[in-house]
Amino acid sequence: MGLPPFQRFFDEHRHAVHRFLVATAGRDEADDCFQETFIAALRAYPRLDPGSNLGGWVLTIAHRKAIDAHRARGRRATPTAEPPEHAAPAPPDGFDPALWRLVRELPPKQRAAVVLRHVADLPHREIAGVIGCSEDAARRNLHEGLSRLRKEWTR
Amino acid sequence: MSDALDRELGRLPAGDHRAADAAARRFTERALEDGLLDLAYAHVPSPLGDLLVAGTRRGLVRLSYAEDGTEKVLERLAASVSPRIMEAPARLDDSRRQLEEYFAGRRRDFEMPLDWTLTRGFGRRVLQATARIPFGGSGTYTTIAGAAGSPRAMRATGNALGANPMPIVVPCHRVLRHGGGLGGYTGGLHRKRFLLQLEGLLPAEL
Repeated sequence: MGLPPFQRFFDEHRHAVHRFLVATAGRDEADDCFQETFIAALRAYPRLDPGSNLGGWVLTIAHRKAIDAHRARGRRATPTAEPPEHAAPAPPDGFDPALWRLVRELPPKQRAAVVLRHVADLPHREIAGVIGCSEDAARRNLHEGLSRLRKEWTR
Repeated sequence: MSDALDRELGRLPAGDHRAADAAARRFTERALEDGLLDLAYAHVPSPLGDLLVAGTRRGLVRLSYAEDGTEKVLERLAASVSPRIMEAPARLDDSRRQLEEYFAGRRRDFEMPLDWTLTRGFGRRVLQATARIPFGGSGTYTTIAGAAGSPRAMRATGNALGANPMPIVVPCHRVLRHGGGLGGYTGGLHRKRFLLQLEGLLPAEL
């Protein structure tokens, strides 16, 4: 069995990628990251091994694009900018803004691990594949991320 | 203590389908603009049912009837041409318009570039000879086999016509049995009859 037509691959994974990006890069950046992710995926697609885990593959690209966007935002920020509360992207509907901000403040790997586990529902093995570490390290990142959220999140 | 956190994290993906769909539309437009699609396809409604029309940068490469199944046709295109294929009707506007005009009786000849990638050898010669049969005209398996260079290769000619990747536009329906019998048709004889009636080769049914 060869690669599925790109349209089918896109239809199957676009929602998970969009959710992941809204959660990790923020709603304002999600759209640009989404475009960058799938353009990169479309360019590389024909060279992909048909046996690949396509969902994990595209989330890996999305993870990298979210980090790029995060870095670019860091470079843009200046000491005279608005206070961080205002600069933080708007939370998705129905989600507690305080927790949202905490998730966004986690180090990239912890943030990705938390979102991949709780939003994309990926098992540890696949989380490890996406963020590029061992399964143990993925478990640790998830654990540390959740501990930090638990400690700092008060309602 | 983790329950509340779990629940709250689980609410993260709620909603936002509209933003996701808008992002998807923008992506398709950009993929098209940047020239990243090797194949684009569209569904075209017709009196013969929904047609699937697919094109490469070179031209029309595939037209199929509903029974062939969209997924199956797309999978084969992905395997034999390129997996970089998306639904992008804008890229097929011209072909869609010409098909609509043809079915409305306002067009006799198709003027669109064809990509013969899915054909080869004798089969391609058979189909290219078929493409030269004009609107309102007809050929026989014998004349087409001859035009393709092997007058006696009747069976191979029939097979090539049956495997026509671009029916209607490459008018295999205009190839009849010697003596006037309809012969066969990939899309079923009712379709062949309909097309021949549309072109005035068969009397319209009452």
